[in-house]
Amino acid sequence: MLKLKINGKEHRVDVAPDTPLLWVIRENLGLTGTKFGCGVAQCGACTVLLNGAPIRSCVTPASVAAGNAITTIEGLGTAGSLHPVQQAWIDEQVPQCGYCQSGQILAAVALLEKHPSPSDRDIDLAMSGNICRCGMYPRIRRAIHQVASGEVHMHDPEASSQEVQNG
Amino acid sequence: MGKWTRRGFITAAVVGTSALVIGVALRPGNRAPGLAKYVAGDNEYLVNAWVKIDTDNRVTAIIPQCEMGQGAQTALTQMLADELDVGWDQVSFIEAPAEDAYANWALGKGYTLGDTKIPALLVGSVDGALFHVANAMHLQITGGSLSVRATGVYGLRVAGAAARQMLKEAAAEAWGVPAGEITTSNATLYHQSSGKQVPYSAFAAAAGGKTPPSVPTLKSPEQFTHMGKNRPRRDIPAKVDGSAIFGIDVVVEGMKYAAISAAPVFGAKVKSFEGDIAAQMPGVVAIVSLDDAIAVVADGYWLAKQALAKVEISWSETADDSVSSEALFARFQADLDSASADDGGKKDRQQGDSRAVFAESSRIVEREYRVPYLAHACMEPMNAVAHVHDGRCEIWSGTQNPLAFKYDVAKALGIDAALVTLTNHIMGGGFGRRSRSDAVIQAARISQAAKRPVKLIWSREQDIQHDYYRPAVVSRFRAALDKQGLPLAWENRYVNKHEPVEAPLIPYVINHQDIRSVESRSHVPFGPWRSVDHSQHGFFTESFIDELAYEANQDPYRFRRALLKDHPRHQAVLDLAAKQAKWDSPVGKNRGRGIALQASFGSIVAEVVEVSVIEGRVAVDKVVVAIDPGFAVSPDGLTAQMESGVIFGLTAALFGEIGIENGRVTQSNFHDYPMLRMDSAPVIETHIINSHATWGGAGEPATPAIAPALTNAIHAATGTRIRALPVSQYDFSKEGGRES
Repeated sequence: MLKLKINGKEHRVDVAPDTPLLWVIRENLGLTGTKFGCGVAQCGACTVLLNGAPIRSCVTPASVAAGNAITTIEGLGTAGSLHPVQQAWIDEQVPQCGYCQSGQILAAVALLEKHPSPSDRDIDLAMSGNICRCGMYPRIRRAIHQVASGEVHMHDPEASSQEVQNG
Repeated sequence: MGKWTRRGFITAAVVGTSALVIGVALRPGNRAPGLAKYVAGDNEYLVNAWVKIDTDNRVTAIIPQCEMGQGAQTALTQMLADELDVGWDQVSFIEAPAEDAYANWALGKGYTLGDTKIPALLVGSVDGALFHVANAMHLQITGGSLSVRATGVYGLRVAGAAARQMLKEAAAEAWGVPAGEITTSNATLYHQSSGKQVPYSAFAAAAGGKTPPSVPTLKSPEQFTHMGKNRPRRDIPAKVDGSAIFGIDVVVEGMKYAAISAAPVFGAKVKSFEGDIAAQMPGVVAIVSLDDAIAVVADGYWLAKQALAKVEISWSETADDSVSSEALFARFQADLDSASADDGGKKDRQQGDSRAVFAESSRIVEREYRVPYLAHACMEPMNAVAHVHDGRCEIWSGTQNPLAFKYDVAKALGIDAALVTLTNHIMGGGFGRRSRSDAVIQAARISQAAKRPVKLIWSREQDIQHDYYRPAVVSRFRAALDKQGLPLAWENRYVNKHEPVEAPLIPYVINHQDIRSVESRSHVPFGPWRSVDHSQHGFFTESFIDELAYEANQDPYRFRRALLKDHPRHQAVLDLAAKQAKWDSPVGKNRGRGIALQASFGSIVAEVVEVSVIEGRVAVDKVVVAIDPGFAVSPDGLTAQMESGVIFGLTAALFGEIGIENGRVTQSNFHDYPMLRMDSAPVIETHIINSHATWGGAGEPATPAIAPALTNAIHAATGTRIRALPVSQYDFSKEGGRES
């Protein structure tokens, strides 16, 4: 029996200690916001925070997580009380398919904790472990800069960031 | 009409969807009463097939397209809400259910042509044979960048306008005034002279009893309230807090988990297997042998995967057990040689008399290009939940073609399709991969054998090694040049045509053209991959035209421009890309700019790439995209698709390669099938021309031009002409860059 502290709540789970944390979170605890992407720590879809630091839960044995504070996307913020990073993701209309975004958001949260005003180089270093197959890297970068600048600009439906020529 | 193979399916489906959707609001009679049972709850009235209104005046659009991140469901809701005169906060949407009644073909039944507004895309396709095919294929497909340009233009807009007219007629009858005196706005009906003002909901039931107008009046662009504006995507909030439920997240009471291992060589079967050790592991529920795969069912996925690794499987031999990529390319080349020797091949375009021009020409340029197989690598690996019980089957999965999947499953299980239900989910990427039902069928068969609900999850290795791949292609060109180096004749021979049919055709004015495909066998399964044949042919034709520009000693942008004199829209797009990229400004040492143009899926796209090649490393610094989609329904949504299509195509051009050795795929995960990441993503600028020509697609058109724009830029920077993708096989640390 392992004792896990996930999103501030204690759980006791009966799993083999070497079971990757990812599958315990998803299958035993039913928190499906954390995603399976590659199983070998190559894509970052399974990213969760362990004591505030991003880890790949697909290669982290559950026993390693025991006794540490784990944060998943469900523990970050919910509709109505979103974390500023989540709000920025909406403002910049970041997600397309959205499958990698739990991991992207948690990686960005960890980055901003460490570097409240990250440079582009900081963003490259912190975010390059997370693949976005839909290629929303420019928007992720913008959203991180938006949080850093402290500007909250709710999505303006009339605004257009693109140049449109009417022919 | 001939035999309809799976390969013929996409073309048929693509045209079928759009053609059939047209019928929805225009078809005689109102089918709403028959459809209500599928989509309308208590206090809701279905006005026509695509619109319901509840007693609190909330409007719901019923969207027959799936969501894989392309934003189609929000864009289509914008289109309906605009024509219906509904405020953005008054409207929501649901996805149409996977029921025959909501198949595109069924909605089209009884439709008779009579409207001249059928787009060129569909002319010649809207006929009995096509309906027959669409019918047989059980269409409900999302693909071909068709959501906005077909379903939206000919379905949701028409349905919205028709519903508005039906509401006005119902109010006019009740109030005893001419319908023409009634105006609408924000889901409210107004009669000015009497001061009457009531919400749509008051007349929703009465409107639902009316016959839809055969040709409802659509708004003109200056009347648009939602189209052309950015509306925040409705699927995004659930994607930032972990609450979005993808297929892989579905949980069913009593469900077990399955891991699978399929025959490594395509076409091989299970010969025998030894599963005793796995079967004795605590928590293992069943070991299931399918014809060409072994699955282990267990209490958890990790356990299933561990147990699967203990199963010893031997596979049958096939004729392709020793095939390699090089052998396949050699076969393609040999088949091109023989086709050229006996003047064979299937003609895509033949104009003028290129043979005579080549015979007389003193200056001929010949080139050969090739691209490898590519996997889709959706972030969400293939998966499905299935529960076969009491002669029925329930499926939960994310698919691009829910209704066809339902029929595929019914066929695989040997049961009636009416006994299969499929609940579709948002997809963690599709890109064409989720138009194939293989994993869903496997899940159903495993559940049937294990006699319980099962969630099948493919490992990433299975996902990379058992895809339906973008085909590897060899394409050869010859051009005959005049004294100034301008092309008089263009000849192209390539292997294995898929779709769309026009992918290898060029817009350039060259009087003599001879473009043909040659069949060449491969055991590697084909599937549509974002932009399908355009992604290969865009690279081939835009590389060769660039080479011809250099042959003529001309600037590649101006060379193309001069050859586009009959295509003002193409020219305008090319000009805009060049202007925004500051084409004529100095680019700096070890840097280069490349340009490419490809029209696809109804939109014209030009891209300029800026690269640096420093110490052997290629860095993509900036991409400028210009697109004429006719009209951008959602400018930000279109921009997001340009960004996404560019990154998708760059990943392929820079590193994408599925290699074959001993008949099987050599790559297995993201370490050897790499993706572009944050640290190498370029700045991307999008510029849109609303030309108001026929509206085009968004999901795919950004992909085809990016590979040639990149390799043309690398040539400008280094002098090395890339004729085989991916770029990663070239070594730029050596002088001039050589193939490593």
